[in-house]
Amino acid sequence: MKPVFMTYTKKDLINLAICMVLSVIIIPTFIKTEYWYTSILIPWLCLALATIGQQIVMGYTGQLALGAAGFMAAGAFAMFNLILRVPELGFIGSLAVSGLIAAAFGILFGLPSLKVRGIYLMVATLASQFFIIWMIDKFGWFKNYDSSGIITAQDIVILGKPFTTPLAMYFVCLAVTAVLTLLAMNMARGSTGRNWMAVRDMDIAAESMGVSLLKTKVQAFAISAFYCGVAGALFAFCYLKSLEPVAFDIKLSFKILFMCILGGLGTINGAFIGAAFILLFPVLLNSVGNNVFHGAIDATIISSIEQVIFGLLMIIFMIYEPLGMAKLWENLKQKFGSKLTSSNIKNLKSSLSKKF
Amino acid sequence: MAYERKFKIGEPILEVNNISLAFGGVKAITDTSFNVLEHEVRAIIGPNGAGKSSMLNCINGIYKPQQGTVSFKGKEIPNITPNIMAQMGLSRTFQNLALFKRMSVLDNILVGRKLHTKTNFIEVALQLPKVKKEEKANRDRSEEIISFLEIEDIKDTPVGKLPYGLQKKVELGRALATDSSIILLDEPMAGMNVEEKRDMCRFILKVNDELGTTMVLIEHDMGVVMDISDRVVVLDYGKVIGDGTPDEIMANQKVIDAYLGVEH
Repeated sequence: MKPVFMTYTKKDLINLAICMVLSVIIIPTFIKTEYWYTSILIPWLCLALATIGQQIVMGYTGQLALGAAGFMAAGAFAMFNLILRVPELGFIGSLAVSGLIAAAFGILFGLPSLKVRGIYLMVATLASQFFIIWMIDKFGWFKNYDSSGIITAQDIVILGKPFTTPLAMYFVCLAVTAVLTLLAMNMARGSTGRNWMAVRDMDIAAESMGVSLLKTKVQAFAISAFYCGVAGALFAFCYLKSLEPVAFDIKLSFKILFMCILGGLGTINGAFIGAAFILLFPVLLNSVGNNVFHGAIDATIISSIEQVIFGLLMIIFMIYEPLGMAKLWENLKQKFGSKLTSSNIKNLKSSLSKKF
Repeated sequence: MAYERKFKIGEPILEVNNISLAFGGVKAITDTSFNVLEHEVRAIIGPNGAGKSSMLNCINGIYKPQQGTVSFKGKEIPNITPNIMAQMGLSRTFQNLALFKRMSVLDNILVGRKLHTKTNFIEVALQLPKVKKEEKANRDRSEEIISFLEIEDIKDTPVGKLPYGLQKKVELGRALATDSSIILLDEPMAGMNVEEKRDMCRFILKVNDELGTTMVLIEHDMGVVMDISDRVVVLDYGKVIGDGTPDEIMANQKVIDAYLGVEH
C-alpha cells in the first residue's frame, strides 16, 4: 500500500484515528469509576511505554537485556530530584531530562553488548538493575535524606495548572505515551529501525553493509533507557504517587520482559497488547475467583495460578508463535478481512444463487 | 568476440600482498598475492578447502590475516574491518547466505542503502522533510534494483520464507544497493539449477557492463567461470597455483592436476 501521509498508509491513519477517538473521547465519557484510571489505565500506559523501550533493545535490535525497571528507577528518581532542585524546568522539561539521564545509564550498561551476547548479555545487563537501585538506596541525596524510605511524589503542575485528579493524570500519561509511541513507530519503520533489525538478524552482514555495530547497539540501549526512564517517572508520579526503590525491583523487569514477549517481539502495538494482558489477567482471575467460586479459592492460590498460567503461556508462545499476540491479532484480522473482500462476497452470492 | 566494453579494464583496484592466515595450527592461506583490475570480472577457483572464502573474508576484514596487506584503490588499509571496507566502496555476499531473515526483500535491499543515508535517529523520529526526501531516493533506487533483478513479485515477502535461489538474488541486490565500486560474490550460483545460473550470470555481466562494477566471484561451476570471467586465480591448499585468462588456466598443468588428481 502506498503511504499517503509521511510513511503511513491510509489503513494506519484510520487505526490511529480510532485509537485517538477511543482514548480521548470514548474512555473519558463512559468510564467514570476512579478505579479504572488509577489501577488499570494509568499503569497500563506507563508499562506499555516501558515495554516499547524493551522492544527497541530486545525485539528490534535483538539484544537480550533485562533491567528495564532499573532504568525506570533512574528516571523516577531523576524526576523527583529535578522537580525538587531545578523547579524552573517544569514538569515536561523534567520528564525529558529524566529520560536523558536514564539514557546515559543505558549507554553505560549497553556497552557490554559489544563483547557478549545472548544469555551472557542478559546477566551483564542485570547489573544495571542492581546497581541503580543500590545507588539510590546508598546515597541519601537521591532521596533528599528522607528517612522514612517512601517519599511522596510532588504534585504534577503543567504551565501553572495542577493535574491531580485521576482523569487529568490519565491525560498526562496518554499524551506523553502517544507522542513517544509515534516517534518510536517513525524510527522503527525508517532507516533507524532497519539498522536495528539488520543487527538483530545478521550482524556480520549488517557490518559489511556499513552499519556500525557499536553505534547501532549503543543507540538502541540509549533510546530504550530513555523510554524506560520516562515511563518510570510517569509510573512513580501518576500511578504510585510515591518513590521507593523497592517498587522498581527485578520483578518489574521480568514483568516488562513478559509483556514484551507475550505482546510480540519486534512490534510496537504488541507492547500495548502485552501490557494490557499482563495487567488485566490477574484482575480477571480475581473476579472469576470471587464471582464464580465465591471466594472458595484462596487469594494466594489464585496468584499462584496466575504465575503458572503466565509461565505456560510464555512456553506456548515461544514454541508456536514467537511473534506473540500482535501476530495472532494480525492473523485474526487477515482471516476475517479476506472473508469480507468484495470478490469473496460475489463468489458467495453466486454459490448461494446456484443452490436455490 | 568483437565486443566493445563501455568500461575498459583499467589499473589494479584491489591488491592482495603476501597474505597468510592460520587458524591455530591449520594454515588456511599461505603467502598469497594477486590483484583485481578495475571493471574486470575476476574469478577465484579451487578445490574444497583451498582457502577461497577465507581469502574473501580477509579482503573484507572479517578475518585478520597474520601476515600480508590489502591495498584498495591504491591505499594500503592498516586495520581492515567490514565497516571500513564498506565505506570505501567494497560490498559482498556470503557463501551461506547472510540475509536479514525476518525483514522483507525490500527492507533487506534498503539496508544496503545505509551508506547513502545521512539522517540521524532524531530526524527519523520526527520525520523531517529531508528524511522523507532521502527515504524516497533510497526506495526508488531499491525498487530499480528489484526490477532489474526481476523480483518485483516478492518484494514484500520476508526473506526467510524464500527458496534458496531467490535468496541468493536478494543478496546480490543488497550488495548492488550499496553502489559499491567492487562486489565480492561468494559462490553466487551454489545450489542453483541451470536456468537460475544462467540468470545469475546475466545479472553479473549486466551489472559489470552497465555500471562498470568490478566483480570478484568464487564459483565451482567451471563452465560458468570460464564463460564470464576476464581473469581467473586458482588456489589450492592456500597457495596460488595459477593466475591468468581462462584459456591460460585451462592449459595450466598444475591446475589440471589439482582438479583431476595426479599420481605421485
